[in-house]
Amino acid sequence: MGENGAGKSTLMKILYGVQQPDEGTITVEGRQLRLRTPSEAIAAGIGMVFQHFQLADNFTVLENVVLGAEGLHGIGDAARTKIRELSESYGLGIDPDALVADLGVGARQRIEILKVLYRGAKIIILDEPTAVLVPQEVTELFDNLRGLTAEGLTVIFISHKLDEVLQVADAITVIRRGTTVAEVDPKGVTARQLAELMVGSELPSPKTEESTVTDTPVLTIVDTSLDNPLGGPRLLEDINLTIHSGEIVGIAGVEGNGQAELVEVIMGMREPSSGRILLGDIDTSDWQTREIREAGIGYIPEDRHRHGLLLEAPLWENVVLGHQTETAYLTGPGGWLVNAAAAKKETEAIVEQYDVRTPSINVTSGSLSGGNQQKLIIGREMRRNPRVLVAAHPTRGVDVGAQAAIWDHIRDARRQGLGVLLISADLEELVGLSDTIRVILRGRLVGEFDPDTVTREELGAAMTGAGAADSRKPGSELPVSDPVEPAAPWGSPAPEQDTTKEEGQ
Amino acid sequence: MNTRLDGRRILMAIAAPLLAVVVAVVVTSLILIVAKDPVGQVWSTILSAPKPRVLSAIINAATVYYLSAVAVAIGFKMNLFNIGVDGQYRIAAFFAALVAGQGWLPGPLNILLGLIVAVVAGGLWAAIAGLLKVWRGVSEVISTIMLNAIATALVAFLLRKVAIESGGSNVVQTKPLPESSQVPGFNLIPGSSREVYGLIILAILVGIAYWFVLNKTRFGFDLRATGASETAAVASGVKVKRMVALSMIISGGAAGLVGMPLLFGQDYSYGSTFQPGLGFAGIAIALLGRNHPIGIALAALLWSFLDQQSNALQIQAGVSDKLVLVIQGVIVLSVVIAYEIVRRANVRIEQRRVAARLAAEAGSPLEGARA
Repeated sequence: MGENGAGKSTLMKILYGVQQPDEGTITVEGRQLRLRTPSEAIAAGIGMVFQHFQLADNFTVLENVVLGAEGLHGIGDAARTKIRELSESYGLGIDPDALVADLGVGARQRIEILKVLYRGAKIIILDEPTAVLVPQEVTELFDNLRGLTAEGLTVIFISHKLDEVLQVADAITVIRRGTTVAEVDPKGVTARQLAELMVGSELPSPKTEESTVTDTPVLTIVDTSLDNPLGGPRLLEDINLTIHSGEIVGIAGVEGNGQAELVEVIMGMREPSSGRILLGDIDTSDWQTREIREAGIGYIPEDRHRHGLLLEAPLWENVVLGHQTETAYLTGPGGWLVNAAAAKKETEAIVEQYDVRTPSINVTSGSLSGGNQQKLIIGREMRRNPRVLVAAHPTRGVDVGAQAAIWDHIRDARRQGLGVLLISADLEELVGLSDTIRVILRGRLVGEFDPDTVTREELGAAMTGAGAADSRKPGSELPVSDPVEPAAPWGSPAPEQDTTKEEGQ
Repeated sequence: MNTRLDGRRILMAIAAPLLAVVVAVVVTSLILIVAKDPVGQVWSTILSAPKPRVLSAIINAATVYYLSAVAVAIGFKMNLFNIGVDGQYRIAAFFAALVAGQGWLPGPLNILLGLIVAVVAGGLWAAIAGLLKVWRGVSEVISTIMLNAIATALVAFLLRKVAIESGGSNVVQTKPLPESSQVPGFNLIPGSSREVYGLIILAILVGIAYWFVLNKTRFGFDLRATGASETAAVASGVKVKRMVALSMIISGGAAGLVGMPLLFGQDYSYGSTFQPGLGFAGIAIALLGRNHPIGIALAALLWSFLDQQSNALQIQAGVSDKLVLVIQGVIVLSVVIAYEIVRRANVRIEQRRVAARLAAEAGSPLEGARA
């Protein structure tokens, strides 16, 4: 285990033959191996379950499993029998003829595990497998994993979540900044000790923040729906949401329940089928993205590579991106020329203020690390003083120092009256930052919670649509309290580490 | 830091086309050896110093190629594959010749009118493909290929309607331009009886405008952003549909100018002998020149150099001059591959350099692995 950016994924990529180590050796069952490609890793009995599933929706389980491994048991009955066998012996409960599109997230993950087993893996690597699951599904996954280890397989479980690792692991290796800092026995260690090993310092106690919420609405969404262009259920259904000045509204939900669509509707990238969206008291429903951004909505996209950056363009051009009509970046009669000098100056300021680690503002944005790319985006949006910030997964894939800095920037801006819509899969982030948490399920906002009092089970139940009563039972098997901060189960996620550069706004 | 980075970039930019030309020489030589043709003789013919008359012809052909390649490059910058330059320039040249041939306006004004008609006609013809893509999602590759075929038929049909009798010969053509509208050439090459097209100035202006609009204006920024990442451009507020339609129309407008040096500097009318196939050469040249205004110019010169030098192949080496098509074809194929290899290498090198520099500054490798 280790924090985001500690090097867990890199280590696993080396194990799976995706990346090459500069030095050192890998020994599997006493044999020293050089793994140059994933197929060599598979041949050595190493299998990888990626965080993002690699399944074809319109294929059956059988077809997905045999894809790329047709040589093993063919594509017919032999393969089907083998899948049934594996499914039964490890208690995965998978029907080979089910269509993947009809299956939920938990089942899809089990298919991924089955795919790896089918290829003869003895060592299974799971990369942040619980990131996409709700608490109830996590419990099921853990049961499956115990089934695998009981059969003599080895599971490498990558996570940064203390309670999960303590619950499921037989041995824990903590890595920080690319090196092993400790190997511990889960029975002899407390969550707090583990957390300190992970971040490398005393954990700060949760800060009580004074509420900065005002009663001035900055973004109001009224009865907004979005039809599915391919038919079927609506992607968004009767969304009503108000964000006030100085307020952070968090949206919790299992990925793919309408979060992306909600953002796209607000940002004008999709036209809502019905309803109104007000910025202040101006109706922006039929505005396009450019006008909406000009009116003062900052946007931190979910996928920075696809929506936030031009990877092969220099940093200063990326700073202009999204603000092409900002007069500060323009020059010439009628402002039809790009003012490169001004944009470069602004980029220098962002690099300085937001601690973007780069040798120059002329390098391409693709050559920066993920955390620095994200800091550049945050700086680009925040420095334009938006009235509303739409932030989708603002700290995803970002190292711990950058994460804390990003949270601080968002908090600071809130104090000055910014309204924030925060969409995140990281429940700790939601609870730590939000003033209000809303839950989205199948395109509807289904619940409203106070982050100071809500429990993991309540959120989990709302996210999966299980009734409050139903959720109690599976909930009792879940890590109810987070031992890191016994007083407040959710606490404020460690905002100030020594790695954080505190810089004034 | 900057100058060093730029130095590397220039080196990288030159490496790929150079590599492609070398590969083309090797492959062509192999073909010649297999066919038992005189390899040395062929290369000495092609690589001999061109005579002054041929040099003028090379510059003239390159002028026309340049315009065609810029038209294609405008589309490429947006990830639009305008194969329709071929149809666009013929439609444009026909209408420009038709209008200018009437001599409604005096001298230079008539030339200007002809150029405007050409830009409008080319732009409108390309607009069909642009609007089909925006409104109906029709791939511009398909529609422009179709429109090329339609353009051929349409021009042939209209030419019959408006053609004038040209005493005895079976060449069909529009009414020739009045003498005052013919653009005189420059005597650029000493010792050459052939002049260089006066409208080479037009090609240079188009090149400068292309560079300026793309790199200095907001429109150019939006266009490049859309070409680099459509998703990021949409999220940044670029109205992509409008950009697609607009850049297709601008590409078509530029394509309209392709035939102008020929019309005003050589043929003085549009007829059935008007030079065909310029649009396809433009695609290859834009690829070779990497959509860069200077790169395209060099590529256009190389292209017409090969064209002109191969004319003597049949006589000097007893090898068909069609060999040049093999050379050009191999160059394009290998340049596309070489660019991709160089591009990927470039991305990796830059990532490593940035990580190394940061590690050196911080004294420890902080988070270089993630990108």
